[in-house]
Amino acid sequence: MDLSTNYLGLDLKNPLVAGASPLSREVATVRELEDAGVAAVVMYSLFEEQIEHDATMHDHFIEFGADSFAEALSYVPQQVGFPRGPDEYLDHIAKLKAAVDIPIIASLNGTSRGGWIKHAALMEEAGADALELNLYYVAADADVSARDIEERYIDVVREVKRSLRIPVAVKLGAHFSAFANFARQLDHAGADGLVLFNRFYQPDIDLENLDIIPDLRLSAPHEMRLPLRWIAILDPLLECSLAATTGIYTSFDVLKMMLVGADVTMLVATLLRNGVGAVGFILEGMREWMEDHEYASLQQMQGSMNQLTCPNPVAFERGNYMRELHAYRPNI
Amino acid sequence: MKRRQITIDGNEAAAHVAYRASEVIAIYPITPSSGMGELSDAWSAKGIQNIFGTVPVVAEMQSEGGAAGAVHGALQTGALTTTFTASQGLLLMIPNMFKIAGELTPAVFHVSARTIATHALSIFGDHSDVMATRSTGFAMLASGSVQETLDNAVIAHAATLATRVPFVHFFDGFRTSHEVSKIVEVLDEDIRAMINMDKVVAHRQRALSPESPVLRGSAQNPDVFFQARETCNKYYDVAPGIVQEMMDRWAKISGRQYHLFDYVGAPDAEKVIVLMGSGAEAAHECVEKLVAEGAKVGMIKVRLYRPFSAAHFIAALPKTTRNIAVLDRTKEPGATGDPLYLDCVTALSEHFSFGGNGMPGMPRVIGGRYGLSSKEFTPAMVKAVFDELDQAAPKRRFTVGIKDDVTNLSLDFDPSFSTEEAGVVRAVFYGLGADGTVGANKNSIKIIGEETDNYAQGFFVYDSKKSGSMTVSHLRFGNKPIRSTYLISKADFVACHQNQFIEKMDMLDIARPGATFLLNSPAGPDEVWATLPKEVQEALIAKQIKFYVIDAYSVARDANLGGRINTIMQTCFFAISGVLPRDEAIEQIKKAIKKTYGAKGDKIVQMNFAGVDATLAALHEVKVPAQVTSKTFRPPLVAAEAPDYVQNVVAPIIAGKGDDIPVSAMCEDGTFPTDTARWEKRCIAQDIPIWDPEVCIQCGKCALVCPHASIRMNVYEGKHLAGAPETFQSAEARGKEFKGLQFTIQVAPEDCTGCGMCVDVCPAKNKANTSRKAINMEPLAEHRMPERDNYSFFLDLPEYDRSALKVDSVKGSQFLLPLFEYSGACAGCGETPYVKLVSQLFGDRALIANATGCSSIYGGNLPTTPWARNRDGRGPAWANSLFEDNAEFGMGYRLCLDRQSAFARELVEKLGERIGGDLAGELLNAEQQDEAAIAAQRKRVEALKQKLAGATDVDAVNLLSVADMLVRRSVWIMGGDGWAYDIGFGGLDHVLASGRNVNVLVMDTEVYSNTGGQMSKATPIGAVAKFAAAGKPTRKKDLGMIAMSYGNVYVASVAMGANDNHTVKAFVEAESYDGPSIILAYAHCIAHGINMTTGLKNQQAAVNCGHWPLYRYDPRRHAQNKNPLQLDSPAPKIPVTEYTNMENRYRMLMKSDPERGKMLMQRAQEQINANRKLYEELAREPQAETTN
Repeated sequence: MDLSTNYLGLDLKNPLVAGASPLSREVATVRELEDAGVAAVVMYSLFEEQIEHDATMHDHFIEFGADSFAEALSYVPQQVGFPRGPDEYLDHIAKLKAAVDIPIIASLNGTSRGGWIKHAALMEEAGADALELNLYYVAADADVSARDIEERYIDVVREVKRSLRIPVAVKLGAHFSAFANFARQLDHAGADGLVLFNRFYQPDIDLENLDIIPDLRLSAPHEMRLPLRWIAILDPLLECSLAATTGIYTSFDVLKMMLVGADVTMLVATLLRNGVGAVGFILEGMREWMEDHEYASLQQMQGSMNQLTCPNPVAFERGNYMRELHAYRPNI
Repeated sequence: MKRRQITIDGNEAAAHVAYRASEVIAIYPITPSSGMGELSDAWSAKGIQNIFGTVPVVAEMQSEGGAAGAVHGALQTGALTTTFTASQGLLLMIPNMFKIAGELTPAVFHVSARTIATHALSIFGDHSDVMATRSTGFAMLASGSVQETLDNAVIAHAATLATRVPFVHFFDGFRTSHEVSKIVEVLDEDIRAMINMDKVVAHRQRALSPESPVLRGSAQNPDVFFQARETCNKYYDVAPGIVQEMMDRWAKISGRQYHLFDYVGAPDAEKVIVLMGSGAEAAHECVEKLVAEGAKVGMIKVRLYRPFSAAHFIAALPKTTRNIAVLDRTKEPGATGDPLYLDCVTALSEHFSFGGNGMPGMPRVIGGRYGLSSKEFTPAMVKAVFDELDQAAPKRRFTVGIKDDVTNLSLDFDPSFSTEEAGVVRAVFYGLGADGTVGANKNSIKIIGEETDNYAQGFFVYDSKKSGSMTVSHLRFGNKPIRSTYLISKADFVACHQNQFIEKMDMLDIARPGATFLLNSPAGPDEVWATLPKEVQEALIAKQIKFYVIDAYSVARDANLGGRINTIMQTCFFAISGVLPRDEAIEQIKKAIKKTYGAKGDKIVQMNFAGVDATLAALHEVKVPAQVTSKTFRPPLVAAEAPDYVQNVVAPIIAGKGDDIPVSAMCEDGTFPTDTARWEKRCIAQDIPIWDPEVCIQCGKCALVCPHASIRMNVYEGKHLAGAPETFQSAEARGKEFKGLQFTIQVAPEDCTGCGMCVDVCPAKNKANTSRKAINMEPLAEHRMPERDNYSFFLDLPEYDRSALKVDSVKGSQFLLPLFEYSGACAGCGETPYVKLVSQLFGDRALIANATGCSSIYGGNLPTTPWARNRDGRGPAWANSLFEDNAEFGMGYRLCLDRQSAFARELVEKLGERIGGDLAGELLNAEQQDEAAIAAQRKRVEALKQKLAGATDVDAVNLLSVADMLVRRSVWIMGGDGWAYDIGFGGLDHVLASGRNVNVLVMDTEVYSNTGGQMSKATPIGAVAKFAAAGKPTRKKDLGMIAMSYGNVYVASVAMGANDNHTVKAFVEAESYDGPSIILAYAHCIAHGINMTTGLKNQQAAVNCGHWPLYRYDPRRHAQNKNPLQLDSPAPKIPVTEYTNMENRYRMLMKSDPERGKMLMQRAQEQINANRKLYEELAREPQAETTN
């Protein structure tokens, strides 16, 4: 059974990629993922804002209270280490590259144009096989228009692509008014792939203390429908690769994503919940289904149910949504 | 090889050489020597090698006594060993010093000489510590400047090996240890050239070794001890000559020649003064000026004080000498003279008694004291000493630098006499500790020192308060080496980095005519003049001062620098002063920024660059009008109704005029009145808490946690609101016991530090806007005046009857008057809420023994102290003995109380009939179990006193003098973890084991806070601290478990931020227990690298993760057949990393060495898990015995 696929120009033995998560922080875990069968690993994200925040905070606490009182002109040892900033991340790329044979995709969330480009180049230099740009931004500023944001993203992609030789994927959220249009702009700007979709931090309320609870929940299986729809819509429209992420737990989920046109699926929640062993079950399930349904290779099915090729193209569009909603009856 | 010019301080100079010439360094932190140990630790951690090509080991011990023991042991086993210390630390080393010298062991102790505590503690410099070691047999070598410190350190290390006599190499604490100066570096090869390897090998060969075993430290008897003691004489006889040889050898290497006694002055001088240390540099300046004017004067700088070579001393004196004044920087009460004076007199006397020649006759010698506790010593004072020598009948013993109007020993001096020459730029900067002024000035010195041919000197004066503290930087630059070891009195440039200081300090009094004044003010160049007090305007006009203004905070805000205005003000200084061409200066500042902040990340560098770039556009020269226009004077520093002592003594100290206070104004025995902090209205907060009665649930948490007692609450009858200021707020009191009463929470606006802890802890949220609480931080400027009136009204409200309160609850305890208020502790301090609670619950009958440390500094540092009195005049009586003996000191209180209260009872019994049977019986039988019963006993004691008033028989007189002992007193022994876990542990252990009724409060910040964050045995695993830069690898000592092992000690572990009711209950229980009690109180601290506003959340997390369990071990529960241990915190709810991620002390390691960080955190979690299991097991209730 040929499960191979191509993502961002990388030949992968199967479409299972370990998505950006804390799992990639440990070399041993990445080895386990490779052994379990994943075809590539996306590293946890390097957040430029976090690096800057760490540096500023570190500086603040070192300086805080210093040179104020004659007996205690400082409160920390002189030889205290500073946050290593991107170095730690870059070292980790090199460590992972040395430890496994599968491609390592670095992930970056920048804040400034200079930061995006600088860190992207460093990641390439450190040996990353590809780069995933993590466009994680909550557009809460009422003075910033959708066009401003889209242009900023396009600029970033264009500039990063210009300075890098390795392929670049763009991971983004679904909250764009004209998503198909924006996706195509990214494609034209040089993105080698889109990763759909990012998950945003969604805080909760503590009723007892009237407080905000920071919370990041793992995706649930039903959430795969959103990338499923958009991959189906985008597959015929774009040249670049498509990766599905969010809510992918089972072999069926992966197969569905392949049918609508995904090149790979990113696994995170299932690995965190069920462990690395989930990979084997998914691969086995895929093989079984493909055998049962007489598919010889993954390529055969990829995109066979996108919006162009599926039996009912409007099913992916809004009208159908209205119909389904009206048809819905709660179980009473 | 070419030697560079470097700018370093005296501590670094000494440590540099000591480190290079040693294999083992054992230390203990003590101001002002701590920097030497810290630098050595840093170098060792970086793997920097000594001159022998290996990395020295640096060990922090539990006390200086321990450090000296370790030094002794390392020496005995053959290591080249050094240590750094000062003051009491050196005293603790004395027993080992006798041993080390007695065994003729080469070693060097580098001492930043500091005052020994007598009537008071002082962290500042004089020679009282080193002089106390005169009889140990150590050689003593004195340095007077940073360059000399570097040079003499080399000479000392070389000479000790050559002579086998151990050396104390000393230099003046702060004046030299902390002065930053441009000097010539010493290379490793220079040190190598001085150290005789044969002597090193010989030292190693003398070491204890099983290969060639010997015995040292034998016990000797009257028959041979004396003879054996005399064997060392020959070493001491030749030592001065060898030291001089080393000095000569050093001259060949460095080009700097020293002598055992260096003479400066006219070759035909008739008047000579003799002194050592940094004061000699000021004297040098004076002598040069007087000689240039034709005076026949000179001076001798004493380098090698022990062994004192009389021959070299006499040889150094000009033959023409007629009058000598010997100046000592120490005091030996009762002696015929201070030590250096006696040595000089003895040398001269012996010289002339035994046919001395060279001089026509014995000169007249007088002896004086100067500079105790870093008292300023200036050329003007030196001039006064020379003038005194002109007198026909000079004062044989004198002091200089103070006004002694009691014994009239002091010399008058003319403060206008100055040696400050043209060609030297003198700049003084007034900054806030938090604004980075000192750091920027240190950078400026480096820039000027290392990028120009100028010599540079920087000296920094710090505040006695830890919050809102003012720093004053004194910088000199010039083309000649700078000897001015005193503060600037004629400044070319004065900068005020904080606008509010204009109201408090007369900072233009040191500006010379035509000087420049730079002010950081929010007012622009056209408005700033109108904001200045009359005195400032007058000075600007009279002295024709050039005046510049910048709104540095606005520039800093725009550059995202927050409150750090350092680089901005530094840019202004260079732009205005012209020390360097402007563009070059800016380039150098940027280079310095890159060097200073480069490791911290590009973002920080860029932010500072942005600040520098925006500065020049925001800097404006102000046209000074010809006429004074202001009608307002600087406000008085203390209120007019303050007592005389506060007006006459405290206020001048606050104003920075303490030097002018005469001897007669000071108390003879160190006694100082309590209740003085209330008069110093510091107004250091930007924002203060404002109460919203509509939202308040009257829980009392805000008042409980306030570190400065500046938010208070009261209940009172509504009728008292008559005459309340218009903005005074009140609400109906909640709770049935307060039915019908009014309730108020009131801020003390001018005492609040603005830490915000009260707002953070407030649980009541405004239902319409949950970002608002029952108290909210609002700008001081808007609320200062009305809230000041409100607070004044609030303080006059009647206090609620304390005997009717449920004091073992948070709310009940907070109606009690705090008798610890407005201390100088850090804003958001984690310790002071506990101290304040003690003062509220027991303060009117408390005796407090306070270990040296943060709590003794914020509790007892002048000018004002926080311990207060209630309306009856009662309040805590407080004393600090030492760092190491506090438990024993407090136990001494108890021994006295026990004895004298027993004596009083004996006398009441004996005089029962005279007193009256009922009263005597009640006096003897009163249990005094609560506030009401104690109040009743006080009344009985008053009645007793009235009955016996006027009696003259011995029993009655005795009883009257001890009658107050019949009222139960509360002994509190307080201190930090450095004391309790380390230096004072042995004593604490003994006191707990004694069974005596004392209460010990350990405020555990898990680090030496007062001396700047050194590791203690309370430091948790994984935390970064000085001497544990790679994270402490071992666990925290379980002091509570040790105390519990006695079985009869009440032990509580509390954390106010985690469970405040538990804390209050534990304090009440501990005090009520008739036996030893110890409370371990978790105290968040500035040294933890946390947001101090939310420090209570860190406490909560420490408990939630199980790092800090809450428990009470009450031996009284034995009698109830209950387990004495109650584990009061639930099983850990969060992993330890959730807590440690909140604190930079842990986070630093996770960022710099994540692998090690993770490993230590894993170990920490395992230990917490095991500890919890153990405590749960220990706290298990005994099973009911089955009966049949």
